[in-house]
Amino acid sequence: MAEVKLSAPLTDKDVESLNIGDKVLITGSILVGRDSAHKRLIDLLDAGKPLPVDLKGQVIYYAGPSPARPGNPVGSAGPTTSGRIDPYAPRLLALGLKGMIGKGSRSAEVIEACKKYKAVYLAAVGGAAALIAKSIKKAEVIAYPELGPEALRWMEVENFPAIVVNDTKGNDLYVEGRSQYQR
Amino acid sequence: MREIEAKTITEAVKKLCIDACYYLNDEILDAFRKCKEKEESPVAVDILSQLEENARISREGQFPLCQDTGFAVLFVELGADVVIKGGTLPEAINEGVRQGYTEGYLRKSIVSDPLERKNTGDNTPAALHLEIVPGDKLKITILPKGGGSENMSEVRMLKPADGAKGVIDFVLERVSKAGPNPCPPIVVGVGIGGTFEMAALIAKKALLRPLGSRNPKPHLAAIEEELIERINHMGIGPQGFGGRCTALAVHVEAYPCHIASLPAAVNIECHSHRHKEIVL
Ligand code: SF4
Repeated sequence: MAEVKLSAPLTDKDVESLNIGDKVLITGSILVGRDSAHKRLIDLLDAGKPLPVDLKGQVIYYAGPSPARPGNPVGSAGPTTSGRIDPYAPRLLALGLKGMIGKGSRSAEVIEACKKYKAVYLAAVGGAAALIAKSIKKAEVIAYPELGPEALRWMEVENFPAIVVNDTKGNDLYVEGRSQYQR
Repeated sequence: MREIEAKTITEAVKKLCIDACYYLNDEILDAFRKCKEKEESPVAVDILSQLEENARISREGQFPLCQDTGFAVLFVELGADVVIKGGTLPEAINEGVRQGYTEGYLRKSIVSDPLERKNTGDNTPAALHLEIVPGDKLKITILPKGGGSENMSEVRMLKPADGAKGVIDFVLERVSKAGPNPCPPIVVGVGIGGTFEMAALIAKKALLRPLGSRNPKPHLAAIEEELIERINHMGIGPQGFGGRCTALAVHVEAYPCHIASLPAAVNIECHSHRHKEIVL
C-alpha cells in the first residue's frame, strides 16, 4: 500500500500511476457536489449550454457538508454514496473529469469509463466526517445555492485522505479486498 | 395525572438531537476497540482508528460525527397518566427537532415531497413512533438515521415454509448486496413477524438494544449468533476494503404474525450509530 501525494487538478500521468489500495493525500482545489447538482449539470449539457465550471483535470467530491460553525470553513464533510451519481458520471468523465471521491461501489459503466477516459474513483472514509473536515481549508458555493447542502462548491483541501478503489486498469478494491478476507 | 409542559419536551428533544449527533456512545467505541483486536487487515485497523479519532474530534470540538445527521427518528413512550400542557406532542417534538438541527449546526436533509424534492430547511418533520404505556413518565429516544445505511434496508414477505433459514438467507443476501455502501462496520436490525409495516418497525427498534446483547428467546439468539458469524466471514470489512469486521452486532426481534405470513425486515445502521434517550 503506497502513500501518494497528489495535487488537484490532476493530469493523465497522475491518475495512470495510481493502483487500487493506494492511499492518497490530495492538496489543491476540488469540486464538491451530490446527485442533485449532477442532474443540473447534465440538464445543461442536454440543453447544449455551458457548464458553470471547466471539468478538465478536476476532481469532484460527492459530499453535502453540514453547516459551518462560525470560524470554520465547513461543518462535517464526509462522502456520500457514489452509486446515486453513477448515471451521470460517465458524461462528465468524457469531458475530462479525472477523479471522483465518494463511498461505495460504482457501476460497470463508471468503471469502464475510468478505463476509457483515464480517471480514478477514490473512497474517503464514510462517517469520518469531522476528521475529514480538518483537511478542508476553504469552501465556497459556486452554483445552485438553493439546493442547500446539495449546492455545487469549490473546496481548498490540504492532505485530504482517500484510498484508490477503481484505477485506470479496471480494478476494483471492493471486489479484491473482500475476496481476500472471505471465508 | 401528571402534567408535562410542551416546552419541556421541546427542550429535551433539542438537546437529544444535538447530543446524539456529537457524542458517540461508549458501547460503539468499545465495539471499535474489540474489532481492532480481531481484525487481520492493516487497512481495516487504520480505518477503525480513524473512526475513533473522528469520535474524539466530534466530542471535543462539538462537530457532527457524520455530515449526514439523518432523519430524526423518535420513539416516544407516553405514560397513560401524563397530560401535555401548552401544546401537542407532535408539535413539541418537531419544534425540538427544528431548534436542535438549527442551533446545533446539523445538516437539514429532509425534502417536503419525495418527488418534488424541496428541502424543508429545518429537518422536520420527524419520524415519530408513539406508544402509550402504563405510568406517569415520558420516555423519548432519538435515532438520527442516515440515508446511506437506510437505503440498504429492505422488507420482504417470506413464506412460512421458509422458516429460520429463509430469514437468515434474506439477511445475508441484503448485507452482501449492501457491501461497502452503508459505511461498515454496520449494526443489523432484523424484524421477523407482525405485519408488513411492523416488521420494519421492530427491525428499527432492534437497533436500539444494548449493542451485541442477545435476544432472551434461545431460538432467536441462535439466529443472531449464526448471522454475526456468517456476516463477519463475508470479508467486506470496515468501509468495504476487506477485513474481518463487517458488523458490530446483529439484533433480532420477533412479533406474533398471521397464519399465512412470515414478514421479515432488515434495517441496516452504519457505524455512526447515534442514539440517545431521556425519561421525563
Ligand atoms: S451511512 Fe452513516 S456514516 Fe455513512 S454517510 Fe450515512 S450517516 Fe454517515
